[in-house]
Amino acid sequence: MFSRNPIHSVIYLIGCFFAIAGHYLLLNAQFLAVVHIIVYAGAIMVLFLFTIMLMNLNEETEQHKPAIARMGAVIASGLLMLVIVAVLRRTDGLPLPAEQNVYMGTIQNLGKVLLEEYQFPFEFASVLFLTAMIGAVLLAKKDKQIAK
Amino acid sequence: MLLNILNTVPIQYYLFISAVLFCIGVMGVLFRRNAIIIFMSIELMLNSVNLLLVAFSTYHNDASGQVFVFFIMAVAAAEVAVGLAILVTIFRNAHSVDIDELKNLKW
Repeated sequence: MFSRNPIHSVIYLIGCFFAIAGHYLLLNAQFLAVVHIIVYAGAIMVLFLFTIMLMNLNEETEQHKPAIARMGAVIASGLLMLVIVAVLRRTDGLPLPAEQNVYMGTIQNLGKVLLEEYQFPFEFASVLFLTAMIGAVLLAKKDKQIAK
Repeated sequence: MLLNILNTVPIQYYLFISAVLFCIGVMGVLFRRNAIIIFMSIELMLNSVNLLLVAFSTYHNDASGQVFVFFIMAVAAAEVAVGLAILVTIFRNAHSVDIDELKNLKW
């Protein structure tokens, strides 16, 4: 976040995403770990890198906010973190449930839940994707017509 | 044999790491003027919430949390695709992604 070159920020963010995928693996969510790596490191980060290179943003002449705004940002988010951590520090650890199903995050189980309980939102996700695809294509295409 | 990590690492640590990640994302949104970096910070915030959802889903032995994470990932992917398309359009028109210079809508 603090690095001046946006490409460095993207590289660090990819490292952070791999760390989060490792946490998913530790939490027995194998399917989500794989999906996370494919979607984030594979698709979203490539999009970011492509956009940054398209805009030729790798020069380090980026303007920064004035010092007072930056200090305000640091103070505001620091206070938010202080409040959340202070609230969470007092929580007691609940005991874990007695019987634990470690195969809960497998593809078999998740697919069953996804297509039985959450069938309707699943279909709506496809509608959302269609809308996003049409929107992205339209945004990229309209500009070309203006240029002509 | 698979083991449950929450037997060794208490769930509070996952609460803390999610809070810290979320606050780093908030700081990034407030701190920078580059719109792409702000997008990446928003992704970081979404991911911290995802991590917490997965942690509690494992904690409660409930697969619904992981299904929710799946939906959040789908929405995030769509959001990034459309948002970056908008950003490219803005960049072609204004030759900048500096959010402080995008005040054409300001009255």
